[in-house]
Amino acid sequence: MRTEKQTLELYIHIPFCVRKCAYCDFLSAPASRKTQEAYVECLLKEIRRSAELSGTYEVSTVFFGGGTPSILPEKQIGRILEQLRAQFSFRESAEITLEANPGTVDKDKLRAYRDAGVNRLSFGLQSAEDAELRLLSRIHTWRQFLVSYTLAREAGFHNINIDLMSALPGQTEESYQKTLERVLHLEPEHISAYSLIIEEGTPFYERYEGHPELLPSEEEERRMYVLTKEILESGGYRRYEISNYAKKDRECRHNLGYWERTDYKGYGLGAASLLHNIRFTNQTDLSEYLHGNFAGSEEKLTDQAVREEYFFLGLRKTEGIDPGIYREYYRELLKKLKIQKLLDEKDGKIYLTEKGIDLSNYVLAQFLD
Amino acid sequence: MAKADQKKIRNFCIVAHIDHGKSTLADRIIEKTGLLTSREMQSQVLDNMDLERERGITIKAQAVRTVYKAKDGEEYIFNLIDTPGHVDFNYEVSRSLAACDGAILVVDAAQGIEAQTLANVYLALDNDLDVMPVINKIDLPSADPERVIDEIEDVIGIEAQDAPLISAKTGQNVDEVLEQIVKKIPAPSGDPDAPLQALIFDSVYDSYKGVIIFCRIKEGTVKKGTQIRMMATKAEAEVVEIGYFGAGQFIPCEELSAGMVGYITGSIKNVKDTRVGDTVTDCLNPCKEPLPGYKKVQSMVYCGLYPADGAKYPDLRDALEKLQLNDAALQFEPETSVALGFGFRCGFLGLLHLEIIQERLEREYNLDLVTTAPGVIYRVHKTNGDMIELTNPSNLPDPSEIEYMEEPMVSAEIMVTSEFIGSIMDLCQERRGVYLGMEYMEESRALLKYDLPLNEIIYDFFDALKSRSRGYASFDYEFKGYVQSELAKLDILINKEEVDALSFIVHKASAYDRGRKMCEKLKDEIPRHLFEIPIQAAVGGKIIARETVKAMRKDVLAKCYGGDITRKRKLLEKQKEGKKRMRQVGNVEIPQKAFMSVLKLDDK
Repeated sequence: MRTEKQTLELYIHIPFCVRKCAYCDFLSAPASRKTQEAYVECLLKEIRRSAELSGTYEVSTVFFGGGTPSILPEKQIGRILEQLRAQFSFRESAEITLEANPGTVDKDKLRAYRDAGVNRLSFGLQSAEDAELRLLSRIHTWRQFLVSYTLAREAGFHNINIDLMSALPGQTEESYQKTLERVLHLEPEHISAYSLIIEEGTPFYERYEGHPELLPSEEEERRMYVLTKEILESGGYRRYEISNYAKKDRECRHNLGYWERTDYKGYGLGAASLLHNIRFTNQTDLSEYLHGNFAGSEEKLTDQAVREEYFFLGLRKTEGIDPGIYREYYRELLKKLKIQKLLDEKDGKIYLTEKGIDLSNYVLAQFLD
Repeated sequence: MAKADQKKIRNFCIVAHIDHGKSTLADRIIEKTGLLTSREMQSQVLDNMDLERERGITIKAQAVRTVYKAKDGEEYIFNLIDTPGHVDFNYEVSRSLAACDGAILVVDAAQGIEAQTLANVYLALDNDLDVMPVINKIDLPSADPERVIDEIEDVIGIEAQDAPLISAKTGQNVDEVLEQIVKKIPAPSGDPDAPLQALIFDSVYDSYKGVIIFCRIKEGTVKKGTQIRMMATKAEAEVVEIGYFGAGQFIPCEELSAGMVGYITGSIKNVKDTRVGDTVTDCLNPCKEPLPGYKKVQSMVYCGLYPADGAKYPDLRDALEKLQLNDAALQFEPETSVALGFGFRCGFLGLLHLEIIQERLEREYNLDLVTTAPGVIYRVHKTNGDMIELTNPSNLPDPSEIEYMEEPMVSAEIMVTSEFIGSIMDLCQERRGVYLGMEYMEESRALLKYDLPLNEIIYDFFDALKSRSRGYASFDYEFKGYVQSELAKLDILINKEEVDALSFIVHKASAYDRGRKMCEKLKDEIPRHLFEIPIQAAVGGKIIARETVKAMRKDVLAKCYGGDITRKRKLLEKQKEGKKRMRQVGNVEIPQKAFMSVLKLDDK
């Protein structure tokens, strides 16, 4: 009898983009075609080096993230997926997502992604207002996005996510509502709606750190968050995580894996892995990576770290988590958080209340020792 | 060593404004006279506390004896006494000077005379010392020795044409300084056969030898076995050891006689018995009069010191006791605060002294401290005729029992370049200063004289002075006396609860302004809670200012995926860590630094 293999998620990092966006602090930058090609060769080499994983694991999801994975010629995505399939056994219904910038795709490219096995697309739209897109220094307009989206549907993609951002400089509740409604009209299967975070080292940080008056106030930000939930829920979406909404059974299984602490293997520059409670982070220096030095740091998670992660990741899901063996450990804290109406419990699962979501950092920090 | 000939002894000190190169010159003198080779010498031997070296200031007086072979072929004994370099230690400085016969005045060739230069020179002249100027840092591109020489002659009125032009850093022309010490600093006088009369200029506690008295023998001779008496404290002891100062070590000798500088030990347990400025004499053959100038040093500034971790209270007490063994000016007594728990009310010579003690407690004794607002000693005259010296604002009697109050004043001298005179006068005005006059040193610089209330200068006056003069103003002061003043206690209420550790005494005219600034500052310091927190300032129960810390409504990480987890954990840990450094007052968590940082209220 065959023993059941453990579930593994795969993440492929493509650290290239057409142009760096003003708010972006991801490991990503424009690069020449030649560098991109050399990078893909290294990725393939890195994948081959991890052959031993296929003995114990079976792949449930693949996620091409970036940067802008869709900057790569379709052929390259195909080669990577071929290598992965040759090496790992895939679950029958494996979810294979590719992040795409609306300004980088055409009919043939989308068709080829579909043929290579990509079955989920994630479009970084961010806003339906061109003025806001310009401010973010996105490379596309709302109209260009519409074209890309329609082409994706025509190419046979039945599972599409659209990324949106709120709390942008100059954004109003009205303009944000318009974005939500326009997107709703397209009926994507999944919507991720994030509040802007001003990250250090970005042009936005230079511009807005220390100038809160240029950004929507905390109260406006909160109202935008509430607005997202109201409008999307009325459109048939369910909020299943702090910033993620999906139609029935269309949750992003790959991302759910992160919050449920499923093992994952990341390939590419700076990619992270979690394998048997060891967290690995790849090399973050591109030239080192291109010389075949893939490995970066690794950290064996202690029992304490595992327990803490279980809570601060799991509680991001709206359905919450079963405190299980840790219930006794957090007895006092759970009691206090319930009194403060930050946490509630139903059918043995604890979950954040609306107020608890608004103050989730405050709540989650308390699960750390 | 053969009995020294008085004519071959030179007792001197070096006086200078901070950073003009006093310690570097001392190092060069020690090195050049061969006491240590430069290789053996750790930079600046005389500043031997880590803290002194780091801050570049001298806290305790130090002394060293070296032998110099002069060009006339004779060997001279140099006793170099290094004096503390800060206004907080003015009294110690004056006693160290009194132990000398001459002083080397070091002036920076670029900066010229500063406020401390003047203060120190006047102290030296008051003690009848011959002052020998030296122009230092002539290797600097901006050096202008001619101008500085003129300035010394015009402002101080001492001959400076033949002042050595040196670089203590490179050693250039230091030999000339040594020769001038022989020629210009007078040899000591005094009769070795007269009754013993020795001036204590410092004392340190040593766990093996007990108290080591640093002294200058003015008259008579002291030997092992002499029964000595400290004339002011009346403490007595039998001399166990006497000697002089090597570089960083004590070298025993047979006797010390008039004109010499050295140390005495005698199983004395506490430096409180051997106060700076006191006179040591022989019990069997006492001198008629003590040396002039002794006074008991008084604490000028008080604050509460609390362990951040309440369980460390006994450790704090032990540490304070140990520091006090060596520091007669440090005072402390237990007190309790509703907000901060058990701690001590501590008295210091000034804010620098406070900071030094605080830093030593934290570094040498590994204590994490919470410090309350430093305050001065107010005199409260009650209607029943009693007078109390108030060191803790919480102990202020009910206003109905108070007839009137007095506060301490200082006379301050501020040296400033003319372009900043206006802004410095504004500052003094804001700090309730009384203008006494102004003298031009030269066209571009002036000396401003003010009487200022001590409580207006103890927290941030120096910082304000520096920032309003782009670093150019220098400042010195001395205690003047008490004057009647309209004072009130300002209370701070956080979430309607009075926080005793934040109360302070303030002049009525500035109560509103201080209260408002205090509320604004606290609003920034206190993190938002799940509920709204009013912050109020009150005088005599009447609210005079209010701010509100709004309730926290939103604090969310929008994204958290596989690659973010390590970073997000750090963020949450930081948030959690922040909470640990808080003090709980009622329902509100107040960061420990709020208790201290609210004092920096000058916003210009």
